[in-house]
Amino acid sequence: MIDIAIAAPRNSAPEARAGQTEKLSIRNLRFFYGANQALRDITVPLYARHVTAFIGPSGCGKSTLLRVLNRIYDLYPNQRAEGEVLLDGKDILAPGLDVNLLRARIGMVFQKPTPFPMSIYENIAFGIRLYERLPRAEVDRRVESALRRAVLWDEVKDKLSASGLSLSGGQQQRLCIARTLAVKSEVILLDEPCSALDPISTAKIEELICELKDDYTIVLVTHNMQQAARVSDFTAFMYLGELIEFDPTSKMFTAPHDRRTQDYITGRFG
Amino acid sequence: MSRYSSRRRRNKIAIGLSLASMLFGLAWLALILGALIWQGIGGLSLSVFTEMTPPPGSKGGLANAIVGSLLMTTLAVAIGTPLGILAGTYLAEYGRYGRLAPIVRFVNDILLSAPSIVIGLFVYEIVVAPLGHFSGYAGALALSLIVIPIVVRTTEDMLLLVPKELREAAAALGTPRSIVIRRIAYRAVRAGMLTGVLLAIARISGETAPLLFTALNNQFFSLDLNQPTPSLPVVIFQFALSPYKEWQQLAWTGALIITLAVLALSITARALAGARKSA
Repeated sequence: MIDIAIAAPRNSAPEARAGQTEKLSIRNLRFFYGANQALRDITVPLYARHVTAFIGPSGCGKSTLLRVLNRIYDLYPNQRAEGEVLLDGKDILAPGLDVNLLRARIGMVFQKPTPFPMSIYENIAFGIRLYERLPRAEVDRRVESALRRAVLWDEVKDKLSASGLSLSGGQQQRLCIARTLAVKSEVILLDEPCSALDPISTAKIEELICELKDDYTIVLVTHNMQQAARVSDFTAFMYLGELIEFDPTSKMFTAPHDRRTQDYITGRFG
Repeated sequence: MSRYSSRRRRNKIAIGLSLASMLFGLAWLALILGALIWQGIGGLSLSVFTEMTPPPGSKGGLANAIVGSLLMTTLAVAIGTPLGILAGTYLAEYGRYGRLAPIVRFVNDILLSAPSIVIGLFVYEIVVAPLGHFSGYAGALALSLIVIPIVVRTTEDMLLLVPKELREAAAALGTPRSIVIRRIAYRAVRAGMLTGVLLAIARISGETAPLLFTALNNQFFSLDLNQPTPSLPVVIFQFALSPYKEWQQLAWTGALIITLAVLALSITARALAGARKSA
């Protein structure tokens, strides 16, 4: 059995936070699947141009939390969020907010690669054309720069008109990341982006994440603690729908504050 | 090893039985095709496609019936396909979690299995009787009522196959719902949706009962669907029951033409479905 003594979530280590801006501020977030409460009063900051990793055992609510940030849960009935999620100070849970405009600013990459059933070029151009009317040459340029950014250009530049589904799993996942970069999003949500990939593709994606954080706010949900340790600046540990601990990654993995965090990252449960 | 050998024996018996029943089923199909070809191929000539249905006792062709069938089928598909696709889209996309969709789906299933003669009588009551004459338009309307439920069903079934991850990925880019449906979901299952339309065409090209009460028949060539309009199934029905040799021969030939056309459509539909799997 695990020790589940309730400790107040620790979410302040002010010395590490000086000078950081909060891109997203999650405050007292509660989430329900029907009558089932999946998140309990989560309060956590997500700092601009940093990678924040969410770790925790299956069912702890980390993916649910991610799905609140771009309100993708809105696609389904009987799912609702309460509390506040501020994007640049504005509450994205407020009624009347245009979720499509929100999602254009907050990109998401899923566990399973999801290329659209169209050519590699069109996969990228699709998102660009949704909100911008650009001349063909400009779209070409944007497609190329997104594919370069996602370190996929050299592998696909000679077959841009081939189907996106013809790529390997790792390439498909980078195509999905490129798609998100092309629409000029500000935040990128990554939901276990490497869990379906082999180690080489995983390494490429992790490298990419580290490069992207210069320009983007990145939120990463992962099962893989080494991955969290390698790529993230901050780590949040969640358990049974609660935020147990939030700290700079280096601190979390060397001197965790909570007993449960320690048990989890040392592999005693999870 | 006795359990293993008895299992092998039972396996052989099961395979033998299923092989036998497959051959039994296929044999009838082969017999039907064989009889059609045997009886129909002799009458197949260019004049079948150029000459009109003859009066009893003289030679002629099926040109007016073929053209009438093509016209009514085309019109029925033109009416039924958009309606069916829109309704199927509603069921799979907008109404999926609503209360109306299960009712619509249930009614559609009833329509799907409604005897086609009932549909013919229905159109007779609401179109033919008030207007006072049979017409190709009424025939096309009756056929479209057969097309709609088939297309609704296949469209919904196909759209439900679109993985939710794909929808989420599209929505996550800020794609409005209508564009997710038109540009992503339709594209992902277009071969399957097209297969549904082809199957609907195959189904209505052999329908006789709904046309008897609506389009009736016509000995003459006409492109005016406001007139009674001939069709292959009705001509076959009439000619096959007649005592005249020439008419009976034309009925066989017409049956062969319909069968070959439907066969070609089914093969196309299968090829498309196969292409979807490998894509």
